[in-house]
Amino acid sequence: MQLPDAEALCADLARQLRAHVTPETGMVGIHTGGAWLAERLHRALALALPLGTLDISFYRDDYRTTGLHKSVRASRIPFDVGGRHLLLVDDVLYTGRTVRAAMNELFDYGRPESIRLVALVDRGERELPICPQFVGTALGVPGGSMLRLGRDAGGRLALRLDA
Amino acid sequence: MSANPQLDANGALAHLLTLEGLPRAIILHILDTAASFVSVAEREVKKVPLLRGISVFNLFFESSTRTRTTFEIAAKRLSADVINLNIGTSSTSKGESLLDTVDNLSAMQADMFVVRHAQSGAAHLIARHAGAHQHVINAGDGRHAHPTQGLLDAYTIRHYKKDFTALSVAIVGDILHSRVARSLVHALNILGTPDVRVVGPQTLLPAGVESLGVRVFHDMRKGLAGADVVVMLRLQNERMRGPLLPSAQEFNKYYGLTPDKLALARPDAIVMHPGPMNRGVEIDSAVADGAQSVILPQVTFGIAVRMAVMSILGGS
Repeated sequence: MQLPDAEALCADLARQLRAHVTPETGMVGIHTGGAWLAERLHRALALALPLGTLDISFYRDDYRTTGLHKSVRASRIPFDVGGRHLLLVDDVLYTGRTVRAAMNELFDYGRPESIRLVALVDRGERELPICPQFVGTALGVPGGSMLRLGRDAGGRLALRLDA
Repeated sequence: MSANPQLDANGALAHLLTLEGLPRAIILHILDTAASFVSVAEREVKKVPLLRGISVFNLFFESSTRTRTTFEIAAKRLSADVINLNIGTSSTSKGESLLDTVDNLSAMQADMFVVRHAQSGAAHLIARHAGAHQHVINAGDGRHAHPTQGLLDAYTIRHYKKDFTALSVAIVGDILHSRVARSLVHALNILGTPDVRVVGPQTLLPAGVESLGVRVFHDMRKGLAGADVVVMLRLQNERMRGPLLPSAQEFNKYYGLTPDKLALARPDAIVMHPGPMNRGVEIDSAVADGAQSVILPQVTFGIAVRMAVMSILGGS
């Protein structure tokens, strides 16, 4: 199937976000694809605060059945979360479980004033009551396949579908 | 059951009993995971929810403050329920056998046992006896093994020295009674450390120690020459049967780490000690409190390493 151009979606997201950020806005990307996308949006919007990244492995709801992830990276939020408006960035929004885990983790850093969700692609089929505020595009993808964001050596973003 | 009693049928870690024979990939997974747990301690909420609903029983048949406390903190930071039993003062003194104690705790829905025992092999015995969903961590058995200490030592060395493949590590003192030394030697060998030395008097070195893949020195000055890492061990008076040493003063003179002996190691060498320290015996205060000492960071890293071990076991 023809996948949309991730670079074009990223540029469109930056346009959507521009009117909604201030120098105080904090941005947090979810490892791995969300962090790549957040890096690009953070630069495009010239945000003042350094970018935060989350690895949600310690908050996953399937830990007891699938165990700990093989490669866990440290989460890093280099600004004070308490009282701040946050943009939470992920590449592909699907069941909503990753976002729930990310929100649980964010609250262990402090109590944000608000969290708005940014996703490059919304593939629907939510299993939790979670709704994004900023979306590059909505895209139906066959169940069981994995849609993810990749980044090549030159830093170019591209979507790919794994069976 | 696989040949290694620590691994399940899929080769995943089911118990942590000894570092001997553990695949390198598992050790690296533990060290990498621990690195992610270090930053958890810097947040407003120093907990993650991984082990919610899991009961961890600390079974200490031998007294220990630091190890028991760091296991307790690690389990609590993973949101586990922690129950501490000092068995030395409890049922076994009323005649209950080790496995009867374990059966009773299993009936209380224990998911994980952290075991310290004066007898080598006690944790292995409990692991063989444990149910399919129970996990056992050896927190020190006799002279045999103390795997989480070996891992936290390896973590500390990697933190400061990055790479094991060009390192000289000298382990000094009472090797004979030291499960810490054995576990560290296994870790260093598995991680590819080319030069591991043990330094001590003949009476405090186990027979055939060379078979562990170490170089043996009786002269501390030679043993420390050019070392990147100096690990001092505590003189374990409580485990000594009969006179192995003339006196603590005599030991200090030949094997105590003083600033002038440390000067023989590399200028950027780090000094480690598993604690508790006997100041003025195996280590001088000027060294223990000096710029090259990483003894207190070892304690902090120990919590992260124990969190990593528990979180890997709890999800297997």
